Amino acid sequence: MRITVERAILFRALAHVQSVVERRNTIPILANVLIAAQEGALHLTATDMEIAMVEEVPGVRVDRPGRCTAPAATLYEIVRKLPEGATIQFDQAGGDAPLALRAGRFQTSLAVLPVEDFPSMTEGKLPHRFSLPAAQLRDLVDRTRFAISTEETRYYLNGIYLHATESEGTPVLRAVATDGHRLARVEQPLPEGAAGMPGVIIPRKTVNELRKLAEETQDEVTIRLSDTKIRFEVGTVQLTSKLIDGTFPEYERVIPRGNDKVLRVSKKAFADAVGRVAAISSERSRPVKLSLDRNHLLLSAASPDQGQAQEELDQEVVQYEASPIEIGFQARYLNDITDLVEEQVEFRFADGSAPTVVTDVAKPEALYVLMPMRV
Amino acid sequence: MPWLCRDCLRMGEESPGPAACACLSRRVLRHAELFALTVAHVDCDAFFASVEKRDRPELLTRPVVVGGGRRGVVAAACYVARTRGVRSAMPMFKALRLCPDAVVIRPDMAKYAAAARQVRGLMERLTPLVQPLSIDEALLDLGGTAALHRAPPAAVLARFAQEVEREVGVTVSIGLAPNRLLAKIAAERDKPRGFAVIGRAEAASLLAGEPVTLLPGVGPALARKLEAAGFTRLGQLAALDAREAARRFGEDGPVLAARARGEDDRPVTPARETRSISAETTFEADLSDMAALEAPLWRMCEKLSRRLAEKGFAAAGVVLKLKTAGFALRTRHVRLPSPTLLPETLFEAARPLLAKEADGTRFRLIGIGAQPLAPAAEADRGDLADSEAPRRAARWRAMEALRARFGEGVVMRGRGLRE
Repeated sequence: MRITVERAILFRALAHVQSVVERRNTIPILANVLIAAQEGALHLTATDMEIAMVEEVPGVRVDRPGRCTAPAATLYEIVRKLPEGATIQFDQAGGDAPLALRAGRFQTSLAVLPVEDFPSMTEGKLPHRFSLPAAQLRDLVDRTRFAISTEETRYYLNGIYLHATESEGTPVLRAVATDGHRLARVEQPLPEGAAGMPGVIIPRKTVNELRKLAEETQDEVTIRLSDTKIRFEVGTVQLTSKLIDGTFPEYERVIPRGNDKVLRVSKKAFADAVGRVAAISSERSRPVKLSLDRNHLLLSAASPDQGQAQEELDQEVVQYEASPIEIGFQARYLNDITDLVEEQVEFRFADGSAPTVVTDVAKPEALYVLMPMRV
Repeated sequence: MPWLCRDCLRMGEESPGPAACACLSRRVLRHAELFALTVAHVDCDAFFASVEKRDRPELLTRPVVVGGGRRGVVAAACYVARTRGVRSAMPMFKALRLCPDAVVIRPDMAKYAAAARQVRGLMERLTPLVQPLSIDEALLDLGGTAALHRAPPAAVLARFAQEVEREVGVTVSIGLAPNRLLAKIAAERDKPRGFAVIGRAEAASLLAGEPVTLLPGVGPALARKLEAAGFTRLGQLAALDAREAARRFGEDGPVLAARARGEDDRPVTPARETRSISAETTFEADLSDMAALEAPLWRMCEKLSRRLAEKGFAAAGVVLKLKTAGFALRTRHVRLPSPTLLPETLFEAARPLLAKEADGTRFRLIGIGAQPLAPAAEADRGDLADSEAPRRAARWRAMEALRARFGEGVVMRGRGLRE
């Protein structure tokens, strides 16, 4: 294999793929990136056996096709430190011969591992295919990923549940995540081709990698999937991931329908007040109590060793017509949701101990459920 | 120097005390702080074996080992058996190899519990501050009781030891010191039927030459860590100031250094807090495959669930305990998303832990523990990802009610059926 490539192009591609590589690895080949040069095209692949990232690198001169694997982190470090505008040449004689890298007066030779040992994750049919504008995909991810669980016992909560369903008669593509304490449900009109797709749970790490890739593009993202795998094609990058093999809970059952105590409050006033009041709390969960009365909201928090804090919001920013209630939430859980709200946040309560529904008044397609805590 | 005869309970302040008491007993305690010390550690000597010997006096001079079958472990060994090298927690086959003529007695826990209650009763007549540490061990704080008893704690304790021998029929060893740590160490120093005193004045010098493993809580792992850092004797640890100790050994460092100096400010607190509840079983024959191990795991989950319910607790985390055929102990812990009392939830949490360990290794024991504990009222309330939990809990309670009324086998989960 002999190829020549601009440093900037290679650096961007390596930055993508090496982020998949686990820093600590028991299988040596997983620390390596697969470099495959064919006529006119260079592909870089990295995998952790759960996710594979394949990047097609444009603008490469391939003098002699070939394939080899080299340590991803080392290669990335070297390329990062090469001067901007440098031209890099790779040269590898095949087999277990070292990979020579030259750039100007710099040269190095890297040990390789056998190409045949590099696990392939990209095989297998992915019968379902649809595409989404990157902005819509970002929205689905951003409004759900904060609620992904990290607990190990309920592994089926460690991702975003993506599935096709109907919402009041309209077909939608829906993303749901929950950690048991809060739940996020967001939907988009169902894209063409997604109608027959199975419901899939996309692992957290894949979600985070996807979010990084989606940041860089305004184009359509193509999604292909089967029962066990999903692939996202974002520009020149292909992200293939295993899916979480489990059954996502029947979330519809826990979304309250009859909550009739409605609070509308200015997001900024509310979020700022929560932040100030919660600062007093020394507990990790930082509970904040909401005491509601007609067009009046009192936020309070107390800590046995530090004292107490409260803040009042009145009709200038609060609309509340129902009977008075008191209810407590973790400050962080409130903030995670208000961060996603633009101007007005709506809470629908049943009572002080039942799940509460939260929405952005301007964006009814996103819905959040919060479990209260005792305060 | 203050002195006290442990047999006739005469005592005095004049120094030096007589070599033997006027009653001719040589069991005379002498210590400068004898009448000022108030914290005692009381330990029954070879408790289970002593209770058995009490009930079968013909065994008095024979080596007696209490424990389960060939596959079990030694629960208690009498002092005759100990001279042959038999120790508590030793596998039974090993004990029998060391001491083939041992009289092996199956444990009769109800009998020991009754004896222990008697001992506890006698303790509670001395002070309200009795903290049981196990069935046969307790801490007593006798501070402020001298006026009530019209005698210093040392004399009260010596009388107590006589009462236990007379009324319960077993012997105790007592450690008397200014704090819990030193009392425990003292109790270990004179056994059986002992009474040892460690005072404030000599504590540090007495500990200095001892190995670090003397401290309760310094197990093999910590001992290795300390040794790697060059600390093998308590004196070396004692020399560290708090900041240096924290730098070297983390947040527990300062406490470790204080303990090495014989300092311990933990109070004696009656009714020890329950920290974990567990259930375990040793197999008839070693097991290695997952399917075979799941069956006893399930039974232990049911047992644990019942124990939790009895004590009013729920499990907020689960500890899986395995002992290999080679007696290596493996414990694995997982935190539960929310507290539970249900055997199936305990089982579902423990099963993946077991699956990781079931790699062909042969195991002789499996156990499951609840740790940390949560109040039973917080159990199985369900959350947004599990709205069914309250119904599962109701189902389990209904099954338990049926079993309580009609007998153990009347209803059970299919998983518990044996082939």
